[in-house]
Amino acid sequence: MKYVSPRQVIFPGDPVATSDESVEGAVYIDEGKYRASSIGLVEFRDNKIVVVPLEGSYRPKPGDVVIGYVTDVLASGWEVDVRAPLAAWLPVNEATAKYIDLEKTSLTSLLNVGDAVIAAVKDVDLTDEFPVMLTLREGERLGKIESGLVVELSPVKVPRVIGKKGTMISTISELGCDVIVGQNGRIWAKCPGPEAELALLQVIEKIDRESHVAGLTDRVRALIERYKGGGSARP
Amino acid sequence: MKQPPVPLLVEGRRADGRAPDQMRDVRISVGVISNADGSAMVSYGNTTAVAAVYGPREMHPRHLSLPDKAVMRVRYHMAPFSTKDERKNPAPSRREIEISKVLREALEPAIFLEQFPRSRIDVFVEIVQADGSTRVASLTAASLALADAGVPMRDLVIGVSVGLVNGVVVLDLNGLEDNYGEGDMPVGYMPNLGRITLLQLDGAWSRDRFAEAVKLAVKGAEYVYGKAREALKAKYFEIAEEVAK
Repeated sequence: MKYVSPRQVIFPGDPVATSDESVEGAVYIDEGKYRASSIGLVEFRDNKIVVVPLEGSYRPKPGDVVIGYVTDVLASGWEVDVRAPLAAWLPVNEATAKYIDLEKTSLTSLLNVGDAVIAAVKDVDLTDEFPVMLTLREGERLGKIESGLVVELSPVKVPRVIGKKGTMISTISELGCDVIVGQNGRIWAKCPGPEAELALLQVIEKIDRESHVAGLTDRVRALIERYKGGGSARP
Repeated sequence: MKQPPVPLLVEGRRADGRAPDQMRDVRISVGVISNADGSAMVSYGNTTAVAAVYGPREMHPRHLSLPDKAVMRVRYHMAPFSTKDERKNPAPSRREIEISKVLREALEPAIFLEQFPRSRIDVFVEIVQADGSTRVASLTAASLALADAGVPMRDLVIGVSVGLVNGVVVLDLNGLEDNYGEGDMPVGYMPNLGRITLLQLDGAWSRDRFAEAVKLAVKGAEYVYGKAREALKAKYFEIAEEVAK
């Protein structure tokens, strides 16, 4: 039995369905009932109930592309802030394929404190001093960020930036910006000009704020059309 | 026993005009501190608590982290200007340290701490104005701030106090009743699950009065929960209305 309807906003503890239904997302089972474990939005996807969280933090998992800032340079690698609840580490051998003589070269010549990197999560191992291991070698377009801008939004809204089957990201690409979306809620973009940059910032803010209101893709498209028509992206 | 400056209960009316089973005016807002991951402000009459949640984030120092779950740290604190008479010394008192621990233990059963090993969740509660029932107002504020931060939880924890005044069980003690009443019982309640996470009691209570008090606390918590839901909804519905325009 279902207790919810599509596009309903629900809160922690709210009953979602009996445990014989198929339910996914931010839920837990208590005494034969699925209940929401977070503020969430209900979606029905082919016979499945999905509770999409509307608030929450980033939880790293292997394979994620993330954008981080170097916070410390140590003897054999870098500590990186990736907005995770666990410390992240980029070792030298995962940063470059070249041989680096640590006696002669300073690691700061490769990456220094404050530098931004696009990296992939290689492994999450809680027994390590730095549980999140990053790599720049296993994936495309990874490395130090030399130009462009980094925008933040809530990590739980990242799937909405990409959209179902990539619909949202292809709409956004009409701005002419080169975009890489980090799973940790940081987005790198390089746009043809400041107007496109401004429009992109507004699009991302819109997705962050309005993702629980139906018709998001249409509103984003309207914003982009207004930009392309030469008008200000501000309504 | 100390004599109250005004009678606490006259013909079924309390000193502030309420009926015994009546809450004070409950006001709640969510998302009041933009620096925090989640926040809430809760007022029961003149008692106002502001809560801010940070995390889950990295645990420093690392040796204090736990291998199987997150560490939750709660700090309950009264602002120096929160009291009516003497300025409250801002240094954490024995009482505040104890209430911090009590609040943590009332929140922990509701949070899925095991989903964040080796991490920490920080909860700060500041009493901006104190007029009785501060720990339960703090509990409501803290659980709303945790929900606003998106920390996975089983249910909200709603705090309400019940007390004994002239032998009558009353809901939501104010400062006067707290000082001069015969008993005080703060309760933390998870309204969807129907479970209690906090139950303290002082004073001399008969078994019947205690049973009556638990019932009244649940009724009070359900009323506050309605207000809490409205506050959470408001954050999303305001955006929806703005979009519809």
